[in-house]
Formats: sequence, structure tokens, C-alpha cells
Amino acid sequence: MTATMKRLGLHGSMLAVSLIMMYPVFWWLGASLKTNAEMSSASLFPKKLNWSNFSEGWNAVPNYAFTHFYMNTFELVLGVLFTSIVSCSLVAFAFGRLDFPLRNVWFAIMLVTLMLPTQVTIVPQYVMFNELNWLNTYLPFYVPHILAGGVGGPFFIYLIVQFIRSIPKELDESAKIDGCSWFGIYWRIMLPLIKPALVTVGIYCFLWNWDDFFGQMLYLNTVDKYTMNLALKLFIDSQGSVPWGQLLAMSLLSVVPSVLVFFFAQKHFVEGIASGAVKG
Amino acid sequence: MQTKVRQKRWESPLAGYLFLSPWLLGFILLTLGPICMSLYYSFTDYSLLSAPNWVGLDNYSKIFTTDDTFPHTLKITILFVLLTVPLRLAFALLIAMMLNRPIRGIAYYRTMVYFPSLIGTSIAVSILWKNIFGRNGFVNDVLGFFGISGKSWIADPKYALGTLILMMVWQFGSSMIIFLAGLKQIPRDLYEAASVDGASKWRQFVRITLPMLSPIILFNAVQSLINSFQMFTQAFVVTNGGPVHSTYVYVMYLYQTAFTKFQMGYASALAWILLFLIGAFTAVLFATSRYWVFYETQGGKRG
Repeated sequence: MTATMKRLGLHGSMLAVSLIMMYPVFWWLGASLKTNAEMSSASLFPKKLNWSNFSEGWNAVPNYAFTHFYMNTFELVLGVLFTSIVSCSLVAFAFGRLDFPLRNVWFAIMLVTLMLPTQVTIVPQYVMFNELNWLNTYLPFYVPHILAGGVGGPFFIYLIVQFIRSIPKELDESAKIDGCSWFGIYWRIMLPLIKPALVTVGIYCFLWNWDDFFGQMLYLNTVDKYTMNLALKLFIDSQGSVPWGQLLAMSLLSVVPSVLVFFFAQKHFVEGIASGAVKG
Repeated sequence: MQTKVRQKRWESPLAGYLFLSPWLLGFILLTLGPICMSLYYSFTDYSLLSAPNWVGLDNYSKIFTTDDTFPHTLKITILFVLLTVPLRLAFALLIAMMLNRPIRGIAYYRTMVYFPSLIGTSIAVSILWKNIFGRNGFVNDVLGFFGISGKSWIADPKYALGTLILMMVWQFGSSMIIFLAGLKQIPRDLYEAASVDGASKWRQFVRITLPMLSPIILFNAVQSLINSFQMFTQAFVVTNGGPVHSTYVYVMYLYQTAFTKFQMGYASALAWILLFLIGAFTAVLFATSRYWVFYETQGGKRG
């Protein structure tokens, strides 16, 4: 009897916490369907669902529909995702399996860069990209990721290195004896084995770059190149009185890809965060 | 063994550097180079239009003596960090302990609690926050329900920073998940032995959970510290630094100095001070850690 009571109490308190955490999100869902007049009513959902917020919001920025911003963001994020996975796995293979001078020194330096605040490098990087005429292109995002840097780069390398170290060495030893080249070992043996780690890296890379407002604001300056984040900022700045319903509806759509990624890959997700801190 | 190693030297020096080259190149061109340039710029007057002009320590002396914004923004940022980090960790730990029970449906609760952190720093959440805490926002409706007439939280210099802190605390998800993973690694038999000896739940928490978890608390504290020092998007979108500069955090000041006023030299000096600040706070945290962080491998002694 008391055990049941206790369990009910647990469920009750947990449910309460979950609801408090989620309440702003539920409110967000409701508000995206409200008219501006209803916005100040306390009820979660409006009586009449105002779907026009979505259709009108979609075309709220003059000359460009949100389709355009969506495509831009995907172009940016998918490019970054692909280059990150390739470069970080190559580098992680070097740190995890290859034996070369100064390896541990480089590894330690890489871990230090994990902690380095971006503000220290942002000004010279901006100056450099400006001189290369890369402003208002996606190159300031692609190039750092090709070089295993950018948003999350060192963290991704670290994550994959940890994973590679957990794979038995016998597998690549035997391939070496059979005369397989280093690239062959990376390509044929390591890549298939580290797929779970690459999935985790892919998820984080997607989420972080999708959210990276600062970088996007810095390097993109025409509406034609704008991402979802910048389009939303433009939306909120350009209107005299903010059409909250439309704005919240569009904001909601801007997080849909992240939410989908989260739900389809939840298992990898949780493991990824935790492995950075606890294992190793 | 010694001689064998000496004969063979490294197994794959060339392949190693080939595989390493993307990162090494990136490190030199995009990290090390810019760090040196940034240090150099911080001693110059540089507007991007003309070449940097060496001014020695001028930027630094201006920051520390005549700049009124600097002490103000510093105060706000430190206040923000000192309130956000402990609150965030406390909530993260509390909820992690609640979620660390073998009951059904735990995955659903975990998902719901984590959800706000997922959409984390995206501008969409900042827009939501701006709306919720506005004069006609949702928070005032709830307060109105209890007969309290709310203020415009974001427009009031006294509360604006508080709304941002609340937002950061709300997104404690990643710290929580790290705590959760740490809690799962504490051996059950420690608790069993303690409860056989008649230790209360609170005593078990203080004597077992906290010490066993202390390395992870340190890790989370450092992470949150570094992140909160660099808070930008939220202040930029929700309050835009206002009202009356009450949420004008350090990185926002740095950003505007560099990319609105184009004082690249001055901004670089600000960046180096930020680096030093974060370094100092982290160092203090590590220095205190020998009094409260326990490492199991050292036989339960303080690290």
C-alpha cells in the first residue's frame, strides 16, 4: 500500500515538474494560433484556431517566403554537417590509432581549444574572411568545418577518439598484417565501426549550427542569404507593432527540424552528452 | 623494450600527419593565428578600413580608467554568472535525482524536462521569452489570476536581468543529463550499507551522493561558467541590452564595439580581458576543488 502511494507521489511530482518545464512550450503552441487580440488572454489555446498566422507569417518578409530561408539554412547546415563528419573522423582516426611524433601534445592542445572562448578569435577571423571576400557567402561556415573546427569541432573529434579507443585493436592489427593501407583501415574498418559516434556527432553538429545565431549574423548580410534565425530577427525588427501570432508561428516552424532530429535519435543524443563528461 | 622503441620510432609518422592535417591546418590558420593577431590588435587602433596603428597599452588603460561602460557591463555579467551557475546546477541536480528512479515512463519525463534545452540558444526561444515576459505576456496573466498585477518584466531595469537568468536556468537539460549519467555510476551498495547503518536520506545525499558526484559537479560548473560568461543571443534578442543597459552583458558590448563601431583593436582588448576573466574564475573553481572534489581512484581522498 505505502509502496503504491510512494510511487504515485513520485509520478505526481515528476509530472508536475515536467508540466512546469513544458508549460511555456505549450503556451507557445497555443499562441501561434492566436490573434494579436487574444494574445493577452490566459487560456492556453484560443477558441478559434487562427491558422492564418502560419500562412501569413510564411510570407511576412517582403520578396522572400520562408521557403527560401529554410532552403538557405539547410544548405548551410547540411554542408557543415557533411564536412564536419568527414574531417573530424579523419582527425580522430589519427589521434585514436596512429602513432606519430607529438601526438599527445597536439591532443592536449586540441582539448585546450575546447575551452577557448570564441570571442578571442572572432575579430581576426572576421578580418581574414573579409579580406578573402568571403562575407555574405557560406564559406566562413564551411571552411572551418572542413578543417575540423567551427562550431563544436574539437568536441566532435574528442567524442570520436573516445569511441575509437573502445574498439579492440586486433581488428585493425589483422588488417595491417593483410597489407591494408592506413586509409584502407580508416575507410573499410574504422568508419563502419564508429557509425554510432558519427550519428551523435551529426546530431550535435546539426543542432548547434542550426542555432548558431551569432555566426550567421556576423557573416551574412543580405536577405537573399539569410537563414531562419536571421529571417526571424528581421521579422521582429522590421515591424512597428509586432504581429506576435505570426512571429511565434514562424519561430515554432524554425525549431521543427531540431525537434525531429531529437526525437528520431534520442538514444544517441543522451549518450553523446553523457560520454563527454563521464567516460574516459 | 627501450631499444626496440628507439629502433622503430613511430609507426606511422607520415600517415599520422596526413590524417591530422585538416585539424592542424585549421588550428594554425583559424585558432593560433587569430589568437596572435587578436593580441596584436589589442595594442592597436584598428577600424578595418586602414591598417592597424600601434598604440601600445592605450586600449587597456582606456578600458580600466575612462570607459564607463566597462565596469558596468562587467558587474552585470559577473552578477549574471554568479546567479545563473549555482541555480542551474542546483536545479539540474535536483531533477536528475528525481529522474534517477526505477519507475515506468521515466523516458517521457526526461524528454519533457530536456525539451527546453533542446531548442536552447535558438532565436525562436528568445522570441518566446520576450513575448511571455512582456507587459501583456503570459506571466502577467498568471499573476493576474492570483490578483497580482504584474509589471512589464523586460522593460523594468530591476527585473530584466532576472528574466534572462530564469531563461538560462530553465535550460538546465544538458547539465542534468550529465548528472544523471553520473548518478547511475554510483554503486548501489554504498546506499544499502548506509541505510543498514541507519543513515537518513539527507545524510546519504550529503555523505554519498555529493562526494561521489563531485568531479561531475566540477565539470558542469566549469561548463556553465564558460557558457554564461559568453551569453549573447538571449540578451541581444530578448532585451537588446536594455532597459537602460541593465542587461548589457560583456559579449554584447564586445560585439557592438567590434561590429557596429568597428573598433577592432578596442574589441580585441576586451576579448583578452574576457579570456583572462574566464580563466581566473575557472582557476578559482579548480583551486577550491581540492577541498570538495573527491576522486575514487585516490582511495576517497580529496583530489
